[in-house]
Amino acid sequence: MAADSVEREILISADATVVWDVITDPDKISLWFTDEARVEALPGADGELTWRRGGRNGEKQADVSVPIRVVDAEPFRRFSFRWNHAPGEAPDETNSALVEFTLSEEAGGTRLKVVESGIGAVAREEQARSKYVDEHGAGWSRHFGELAAYVRTAQSEAPRP
Amino acid sequence: MSAAPAQEDLLWSAVAEPMRRRVLDVLLERGEATGAAVARELPVTRQAVAKHLAVLDRAGLVAGTRRGREVRYVVLPERLDDAAAAMARVAAQWDRRLARIKRLAEAAQADV
Repeated sequence: MAADSVEREILISADATVVWDVITDPDKISLWFTDEARVEALPGADGELTWRRGGRNGEKQADVSVPIRVVDAEPFRRFSFRWNHAPGEAPDETNSALVEFTLSEEAGGTRLKVVESGIGAVAREEQARSKYVDEHGAGWSRHFGELAAYVRTAQSEAPRP
Repeated sequence: MSAAPAQEDLLWSAVAEPMRRRVLDVLLERGEATGAAVARELPVTRQAVAKHLAVLDRAGLVAGTRRGREVRYVVLPERLDDAAAAMARVAAQWDRRLARIKRLAEAAQADV
């Protein structure tokens, strides 16, 4: 796993077909991720994800639309896409983040794993894009504060040589 | 698209290398350490650690202080936070999204 990536997973008491539907159907995507979604689960398909100011999922403090391009779609198994590249640009590892969902059936349901990589590329891009400035103002400074406190605690608790 | 600030590129390329992350981990654990002390805890030579420390220093992630014949390094938390904050923010967002996916899928399953 790349250094600038995060991996998360969750066990869902549902069949993989049901989970697949939730993560790929635009009408469902707008219930857990965005406020609107235009995307088709086909490799190479371009679409758009849209958040509204004060939207249901509370992810953005402004109206924001970002492009999405499906990389891989293997029904009930794998779904991956690149997003957060600038509109009109072809997404690659320098200008976008890659999100990879993996579904695996196990006793009790379906394990859904997600890996997002290329966070550094997006962080750089976002700093270069003025439309993100307002949106990030509050959120980032809050996170910086929390993490600064965390790192300071970790350091003060570390045994001194 | 305007060019990304050079300092930000340095930061992200500095933390993108796995062994440099381990150098940072050792420094965070110990509070401060010489390059030689870091090298004793990692499967690399002192020379390799010195190079990693130089990259981290240029990115503003560590600072070295000379004490007599040795240089002791500490992590500069403000800079590390820039990278860590982006990662933590993304991780927390995925936790919330996965929880919503679980709720939606389990509700849909009940209707099957």
